[in-house]
Amino acid sequence: MTKVTLTVNGRTVSGECEDRTLLVHFIREKLSLTGTHVGCDTTQCGACVVHMDGHSVKSCSILAVQASGSTITTIEGLAGQGELHPVQAAFKEHHGLQCGFCTPGMVMTAVDMINREGGSLTEEKVRAGLEGNICRCTGYHNIVKAILAADAEMAGGRQAAE
Amino acid sequence: MYATSYHRASSVEDAVKTKATHDEGKYLSGGMTLIATMKQRLAAPSDLIDLRHIPALRGIKVEGRKVTIGAATPHADVAASRELKAVCPALCQLAGHIGDPHVRHMGTIGGSIANNDPAADYPAGLLGLGATIVTDRRSLVADEFFIGLFETALEEGEMVTAVTFDAPEKAGYAKFNNPASRFAMTGVFVAKTAGGVRVAVTGAGSDGVFRQAGMEQALAGNWSADAIANVAVDASKLMSDLHANAEYRANLVKVMAKRAVVSAC
Repeated sequence: MTKVTLTVNGRTVSGECEDRTLLVHFIREKLSLTGTHVGCDTTQCGACVVHMDGHSVKSCSILAVQASGSTITTIEGLAGQGELHPVQAAFKEHHGLQCGFCTPGMVMTAVDMINREGGSLTEEKVRAGLEGNICRCTGYHNIVKAILAADAEMAGGRQAAE
Repeated sequence: MYATSYHRASSVEDAVKTKATHDEGKYLSGGMTLIATMKQRLAAPSDLIDLRHIPALRGIKVEGRKVTIGAATPHADVAASRELKAVCPALCQLAGHIGDPHVRHMGTIGGSIANNDPAADYPAGLLGLGATIVTDRRSLVADEFFIGLFETALEEGEMVTAVTFDAPEKAGYAKFNNPASRFAMTGVFVAKTAGGVRVAVTGAGSDGVFRQAGMEQALAGNWSADAIANVAVDASKLMSDLHANAEYRANLVKVMAKRAVVSAC
């Protein structure tokens, strides 16, 4: 067993696990943060996307020991006090989900996209950015709409702040 | 996944030393192939030596026309590098279309070429650029490095530390990707280098990445998509699988080569 220490959603956490434990299992089972989902388990569906040191990664394809020492943000770390993150609010507003299983990964992917290219997202860029995330209900249209709306709102917020 | 022991290397020397004492160990870079393979129990290394935290292996350096990319540099960094885009935008474009955004944040150039998947993008890029692959003990030109399916000239315990190349006058890459995996069903990298025109094909050869001599000759005389229209592509050395047969791939080699030439800059 190896000790893994992470900063998850702003909190420093430690736990013992086998070296072969995947990051997603560490997050779900050791930290009881079950918002991050295991969908395909073969690096294809993106339901397990979290941010590691500020970049979106598939937590089903990374060992917890590989991530030790890093800063992780999961879906549980996005919302403020009683208030949804603008991307979460946009998914709600634009009906960007049906069954909701892929949603945590979709939202984390959208936030990463906006972090990298905020203010300049287009439908084409959003669809390309969703290459690593699979949704079997929505047909993606409302997810794309939600991400574009969140991007516009967040860009507006940044402008107003300047 | 079978049990394994994890080691985080602090330097190249440390990694090579650790590997030497663990016969059944493997170097781990981004892990975007290795971890997935281990999950399927198709690989079971006793030990993993993580190279991602070695500072010397990371980063892109452009000095004049000379480009050096550290082996542990993730695809996303190559795709977004302004310095690289200024001298060789084709490689940025290639890196920006590997897998998906999450895979590009983890997967590394050194890991990709050491694995030498016959459908990976980087082998075509580096063979097309006539790059040199630097390891912990020597330098190898790409033509000698890529040997066959998942096979390279790397010796036991040898590790890729960087790749270097002179920026080409012009280069382009076009791939027809598998709609599910984003691996190349056929990808062609074309480059006009100081040493002549080079055309490298991935995803199609039954023996891995290869150079297309007929197209190189045709493009050397006339750099245009028309020049390769009449070049014969031998289907007998191409892969056939459930996605595409060899004849289909032979046609794709030509179509992708034309697109690569047209997009070259």
